[in-house]
Amino acid sequence: MAKVFIYPATSLILSDLVARFGHKPLGAALGIRERIQTGGVDSPPLQITPEEPKRGLKYAAVEVPSGVRGRMAIYGPLIEEAEAAIIVTEADLAFGCMGCARTDELILFSLRQSGIPILELKYPTNEEEGIEFVAAVRKFLAGLPKEGEA
Amino acid sequence: MAEYVPKYVGTVTKYVFVESPMMTPGELALRAYEASEGVLIKETCFGLQVTGEPAAVDRLIEEIRSFDPTHIFIKDRGFPPGDPRRCRANLGGARPGYLGHEREFRILRYITHGLEELDRRGEEAEVPEEAPKREKKPMLDIKRLQELIETEEP
Repeated sequence: MAKVFIYPATSLILSDLVARFGHKPLGAALGIRERIQTGGVDSPPLQITPEEPKRGLKYAAVEVPSGVRGRMAIYGPLIEEAEAAIIVTEADLAFGCMGCARTDELILFSLRQSGIPILELKYPTNEEEGIEFVAAVRKFLAGLPKEGEA
Repeated sequence: MAEYVPKYVGTVTKYVFVESPMMTPGELALRAYEASEGVLIKETCFGLQVTGEPAAVDRLIEEIRSFDPTHIFIKDRGFPPGDPRRCRANLGGARPGYLGHEREFRILRYITHGLEELDRRGEEAEVPEEAPKREKKPMLDIKRLQELIETEEP
């Protein structure tokens, strides 16, 4: 079972397809869950504490805004852990404030720099594209090592 | 600063979305309760949230998928159900993250069609070219970094 980073990291479709075809999707929920289930200082809503921008220094320089470094503290370890990635380019739901936008750029840059196998797709807009989308994901995931092979 | 004591430690929560002409979230919830075996289930307008020990949730998810494999979609959730930081009972309006789900919900019918069509065609489905295989690059060695700094290479 390979660990596959998904972008957008909150994508329902990618998360489902990766799990459906026998691999582990790495999305934002895993990083958030880790923080929500760890005790410490109450820091709602996402339990992002002042420690996170410090951890984010591993992935972004000190002059990068703390918002980006804080977000990278969630996504950076997942990208390091990933053995493959599926990216939906031009995903209109992947937008947000400047912190989110810059973090998204850094995530894509980090993924492409890491050298892991990457599948880049666009969301389907009709049934034919739906078939191509699912077929491409299935074929990409079939090429990754399954449980016991890695 | 207040102390934070987390709830549901060691559990996983998953969303179950149902987009089916044959099954409503209410019906799905009833069938899921029958197979729940201690897993916490919350019915929502789009499907369910299930919370419990990872192994129990995985078993239940497998069971739930079998009800209608091409119309049921599942993803992880970071927060447990009813968390006051996310639950719209406390915040009012749509829950943060719901709008993203709503956007993808409209595409689910194409994914369903793709899954059904590929099942029908078997392995013969045409797919785009496979992505080139690449090796994971090693991290920059600390000694090499020191050398770069000392030699002031551009």
